[in-house]
Amino acid sequence: MRLKLHVQPRPLLFIGVLLICWQIAINRHPGQLLPGPLSVLRAIGDLMHSGLLLKYIVASLFRVTWGFALGASLGIPLGLAIGWNRRAEMALNPLIQIFRPISPLAWIPVAILWFGVGDMAAVFLIFVGCFFPLLLTAMSAVHNIPALYIDAGRNFGLSPFAFVSRVLYPAVAPQLVVGMRITLGIAWLVVVAAEMIAVNSGLGFLIVDARNAGNRYDLVVAGMVIIGAIGLLLDLGMRSLERVKSFRWSYSED
Amino acid sequence: MNSLSKPRNWEKYFWPVLAAALLFAIWHYCVVWTGTNIFPSPLDVEKGMAELLHKGVLWDDIGDSVRRVAVGFGAAAVTGIPLGLTLGLYPAANQMVNPVLQILRPISPIAWIPIAIILFGVGDRAAVFLIFLGAFFPIVLACVSGVSSVPSIFQRTGRNFGLSSTQLLARVVFPAALPQILIGLRIALGIAWVVVVAAEMIAVESGLGYLVIDSRNSGKRYDLVIAAMLLIGVIGLILDLGFRSLEGLPSVRWGFRHES
Amino acid sequence: MSLTNAANTPAVAAMKLRAEQLCVAFERDSKSVSVLEDITFDISDGEFICIVGRSGCGKSTLLNVLAGFLAPTSGSVIIDGEPVHGPDPRRILVFQEHGVFPWLTVEGNIGFGLSKLPRAEREHRVAHYVQMIGLQGFERTYPSDLSGGMKQRLQVARALAVNPDILYLDEAFGALDSITRLAMRKELLRIWQTERRTIIFVTHDIDEAVQLADRVVVLSSNPARIEDILTIDIRRPRNISSPHYLELRDKLLEQIGQAYTV
Repeated sequence: MRLKLHVQPRPLLFIGVLLICWQIAINRHPGQLLPGPLSVLRAIGDLMHSGLLLKYIVASLFRVTWGFALGASLGIPLGLAIGWNRRAEMALNPLIQIFRPISPLAWIPVAILWFGVGDMAAVFLIFVGCFFPLLLTAMSAVHNIPALYIDAGRNFGLSPFAFVSRVLYPAVAPQLVVGMRITLGIAWLVVVAAEMIAVNSGLGFLIVDARNAGNRYDLVVAGMVIIGAIGLLLDLGMRSLERVKSFRWSYSED
Repeated sequence: MNSLSKPRNWEKYFWPVLAAALLFAIWHYCVVWTGTNIFPSPLDVEKGMAELLHKGVLWDDIGDSVRRVAVGFGAAAVTGIPLGLTLGLYPAANQMVNPVLQILRPISPIAWIPIAIILFGVGDRAAVFLIFLGAFFPIVLACVSGVSSVPSIFQRTGRNFGLSSTQLLARVVFPAALPQILIGLRIALGIAWVVVVAAEMIAVESGLGYLVIDSRNSGKRYDLVIAAMLLIGVIGLILDLGFRSLEGLPSVRWGFRHES
Repeated sequence: MSLTNAANTPAVAAMKLRAEQLCVAFERDSKSVSVLEDITFDISDGEFICIVGRSGCGKSTLLNVLAGFLAPTSGSVIIDGEPVHGPDPRRILVFQEHGVFPWLTVEGNIGFGLSKLPRAEREHRVAHYVQMIGLQGFERTYPSDLSGGMKQRLQVARALAVNPDILYLDEAFGALDSITRLAMRKELLRIWQTERRTIIFVTHDIDEAVQLADRVVVLSSNPARIEDILTIDIRRPRNISSPHYLELRDKLLEQIGQAYTV
């Protein structure tokens, strides 16, 4: 895969125009709280300089990694099993459908009760935010396996282990990877929200703290920009995973 | 899939009820065994819900949450669909605008709260703004995706029959993209429901999300917390199912694969 | 040598379409690839013309140029004395598959081009064409509940409803099974004999061409040139086992065979 970065002029131009308009709007209204792009840039520089930026990024990523890993290692196998067994799905689907729309943040009181205020609570929230989407993705992936593959596997008399590793896994892997990418995006949203409410470090905390401790809105927006950038990088990273050859068979076009 | 035999019709109700009953039983016994006096048992939650209903506060809270979602989601749809359709039709414009969307999208709406408060003050409008943000991006992206996946055959046929560009958009592109647009709207509604709960925990003082936080803060009423959580889940599910029923309408049904 | 219907012969029926030295070339990998070269022929009003050639030889490209969806690199298409600039409801293209609008019923599809008509007339016309293609009782059905053959008939009805001068068919029966194809050919001929439009039918099926057409334009491949224009002078209804039919069929096969060695 060629690593050439195609820098397109038009989007950069558009972003440039937006930034200029933003700066002009700020200059027209001096003395109000919203920062302009220049002060945001300076704030980012300050954060990098003081080492806080790295520390916060690491904290947020740490929580996301743990929460996501737990969610995946529990949700995916469980989802595959439930999707495979029709009766299990009949039994559990209604319960899953009721828990799914509950925002992870609504679990905060429960999280704090079980884990106290701190890292574990945040990780739990991210776990909840990842578990259900991955569960449902795995169930759906199993449903989408073409019956042909299953019949072929049976026809060749594969042992259960061989069946899982040589038919089931390759068949569900592409959809799982897409689901994981989307869930990683969700995890990133949840960690920021969780940090704004329940913990004392991380990028979400940066936003809340910057505002509370002195209305430093330049830091607030700086935090938002960095959150956006890292979220985008995570997404792009997962997309390149999708392009890995052994997953590509399922993408017939593009 | 790999069932021992084809499940019978009554099993459709039997298994979920069994699972729910088991869940309640396990929950109940966990509470009893651990002897906790904070975490509620299922019966406590039921009593809590009855209490809320009785006080009449519950309907207000539900109404507030649903109303905010309606306004925020509505605004996102009204602005997002035309924008998405336009970007879908003009790939050059999409190429220009898409990176900005991709940067803004991973920023949790919750992170916008300080900005929202500056712009709108604490209260309803800030919450609606957050919901709008949460729903806007999925809608736009679904519209772009829907329009660009309209097979060129349809557009060629439309032009063949002499349709102008606006007619083409209204009579061919939009109906052809509608299934995907509906999926985007449904997902955005789910997101809106998640965001409203979160927004209410931080920025306003009514609604189901506020009920969750407030029940804990003013008296550790975890029975009300769990009751509110379950209500959030059920209402979210109802919203989702309502939208899914739209997908059964004949003029869009063709775009959805049916799982028998 | 070639049997082109030369412009020297006095026109018997009015000339409907003339293609003049059409050339189409595409850019691929910064190289110019010539797809169609020097296509010239005339078609009279009410004729049934088939264009045959190997799959991928450029027949569909030619059809798209004639229909106005593609501008030729050089040369022109003149219909009724006017050069073709773009798609027009006077000449409708019927696609091989997926051409009907899935969000409209049978009635909705047939009435698609009729929005400018007053309601009574539109309904009248729709009913007329529903009956012509034999889909009575299916007026409110959606295409997802129709068979392939029915969908293709629906496309034809939709095309005819706007009263076009020319009907282009791009391998319109190619996605159907062979039994349905036979029935569809009969249908198409019946409709053609009732409505008497000019039809240009692209196909890779030699039998189809000999069974349907007044004249067959044979295209070579890479790039596509007119190899020959064959006149099928068998009276309809055509006996597909008659010696004359087989003779013409063999001739056509020979032409296609020749095309490979160019």
